Amino acid sequence: MMDTQTLTLAVAEAAFVAPGLRRITLVAADGARLPPAAPGAHVTLALPGETRILRNSYTLVGADPCAGYTMIVRRSERSRGGSRHIHEVLQVGDVIEATMPHTLFALHSQAKKHLLIGGGIGITPLLAFVAHLRARGGLFELHQIAGAGEACVFETLLAPRAGERIHVHAGRTGLDLVALLAAQPLGTHVYTCGPAGLMDAVDATAAALGWPRSHVHREDFGAAGGEPFMLRLAASGIEIAVAGDQTMLEAIEAAGVDTPSLCRGGACGVCIVPVREGTPEHRDHFLSEGERARGCHVMPCVSRSKSPVLVLDL
Amino acid sequence: MATVFKPDETFRDDYRYGNSDSAILRFPFPFGEDGYMYGVNIEPHSRPGSSGAFAVAFDVDEHYVSECAERATALALEPGRCLVLPHMREAEWDTLELIMESLAADYPDQFALERQGDDWTWTNRPLGLHQRFRFGDATTLPHPPFEYIVRQAQGDFTLQDQRDGTLYIDGGIATTPADWSLAFDVGMTFHEWHGPVPLAHQAGVFDRALQYLMRVRYGHPARRLNWTMTINPRLDTSPENYPLWGPDRASLTAQTIGSRLFLRVELQSFFRLPRSNALLFGIRTYLASLDELTRVPKWGRRLHRVMRDLHPDIAEYKGLSRYHDLLVAHLAAYDDGRPTEPGIAPDINVLAG
Ligand code: HEM
Ligand code: FES
Repeated sequence: MMDTQTLTLAVAEAAFVAPGLRRITLVAADGARLPPAAPGAHVTLALPGETRILRNSYTLVGADPCAGYTMIVRRSERSRGGSRHIHEVLQVGDVIEATMPHTLFALHSQAKKHLLIGGGIGITPLLAFVAHLRARGGLFELHQIAGAGEACVFETLLAPRAGERIHVHAGRTGLDLVALLAAQPLGTHVYTCGPAGLMDAVDATAAALGWPRSHVHREDFGAAGGEPFMLRLAASGIEIAVAGDQTMLEAIEAAGVDTPSLCRGGACGVCIVPVREGTPEHRDHFLSEGERARGCHVMPCVSRSKSPVLVLDL
Repeated sequence: MATVFKPDETFRDDYRYGNSDSAILRFPFPFGEDGYMYGVNIEPHSRPGSSGAFAVAFDVDEHYVSECAERATALALEPGRCLVLPHMREAEWDTLELIMESLAADYPDQFALERQGDDWTWTNRPLGLHQRFRFGDATTLPHPPFEYIVRQAQGDFTLQDQRDGTLYIDGGIATTPADWSLAFDVGMTFHEWHGPVPLAHQAGVFDRALQYLMRVRYGHPARRLNWTMTINPRLDTSPENYPLWGPDRASLTAQTIGSRLFLRVELQSFFRLPRSNALLFGIRTYLASLDELTRVPKWGRRLHRVMRDLHPDIAEYKGLSRYHDLLVAHLAAYDDGRPTEPGIAPDINVLAG
């Protein structure tokens, strides 16, 4: 039965493609085939941080069941330890737990043309898109904004590009978004990945030019997991710690408390529990706006807590 | 326990079909309580549940060989029952890989898949097939990849492209449809193709179900049960062929209803496909006659209560109105008024004679 929750991967290759950029290739630790993945898919890696395990999502630049998953990781100055670990500690042969590939940033099947706009390390999903579109002869145009001294790195990553519409700009000022979007043929979809400022500017420019919302796509790793919090079950007095990568329902079950559930995806309503104290962070599709606002109920299969402690009538 | 196939069954014309005792006991009975109303009855399809039919991703049972022959017959008569839009090519290969991998892993005595890079060899022992091909190269298979593999699987399948915040039904095979047409629905959105269903839209069922489906992840499939009734063990109840089966509804009598009326259960499954990011929808139909089902006392009792209290709009939509009174009168004999246990399991291990 297909119920694999995680992949156990081993580092097959690791190399610096530029001072702050490390490319790693991961294969299945047991040598088996890896699941294939769509262009734009990401995996979440469990990496040792300073105080606890960190779960960072990285886009797959390449995903081949035999050759492995390739990603390019920038060393982040504000790193809590995830990218620092990949840059300073990670070695060929290391074993890493990862989620199955997951796609929240996908090419649109009906696009007449794909306009790709990247900033900095935001190039990674665009590299996967370019490889896919090249293989299938899809019409595309790419604009990559590079920071100081990195233009040539991106030029290399995007090669070969004979006859293709690929432009690497040194800095944001090199790209006139309004002119670029205004010049696109009808039926073009735009995809953007990079700093929030760039993605917001693409969104705003497209909206101002009257692009349909459904033609504008930006990278998204989703909101799986969140901050850890405490649960108190009023009836039994049990206290349960909910970890960042665990759902409330999983934590309740792990504590040996039996509570009904069905879909485990926030849709069926079966797991509903009354809230006594605290503020839920609703992520379900079951409760109405009014019910959410009252905060009297929560769906523990997907929702979390905004307050450090949530007291449930269980 | 190794499955013994019944290769001589037919689902049209002379209707030679029946369930063994073990097939009855593993039947996915769709009623977990004594009433029925539409709801978002979806659950993860990842751990065994209360029916033997839930144990693996794609259940292969004693009707496998005959159902594959029925599919070939239906496709020979109407090739248009399999229809995939050009932008779903990648999803076709994803489907082929998922079904081959699952069958080979779950039934290693019956199916085998060997892979050297893109050079694959597929062995299907029940159907006597041995096929070498190149993954991704449709010219190396006798049929397009989706059709090739669904000809070797029980049940219908549809392929959904996910875009614009909804799902589009952009391909599939429907040779066992419960009165819906793929040719008519193809290209529609989730809410459009569910248009004819009564009550559920207003209850928000489809809005919630769609949100759930769009978040189904690779490696984490989901399932639900749906049901209707069919006269005779006929798999192909398509709107196009209505004249061939519709009039049967008026032909039931108190003497024949037990053996000729079948509960038709769809074990529906939802799989995210990895390369295409499409959603594969499996509609696996199980048929059991009232005579077979009422051998399980709990099911006989419950079936009576569910049918007696069924909302008239649902009875009308499912096409039961015509024989509903006859059905309830027939089932009343199996309801001794005792309470039933919650859940769909038969709650017995052996059937009484
Ligand atoms: C991609 C997934 C799905 C496909 C392709 C699909 C397809 C269909 C089709 C073709 C029909 C017949 C409509 C007609 O009368 O023409 C139907 C009916 C229905 N569907 Fe879905 N469906 C899907 C998912 C779901 C889900 C997740 C639910 C969850 C609640 C659902 C609930 C129903 C219900 C309640 C009916 C009425 C069935 C009856 O009473 O017999 N469907 N569906
Ligand atoms: S289990 Fe379905 S909403 Fe939580």
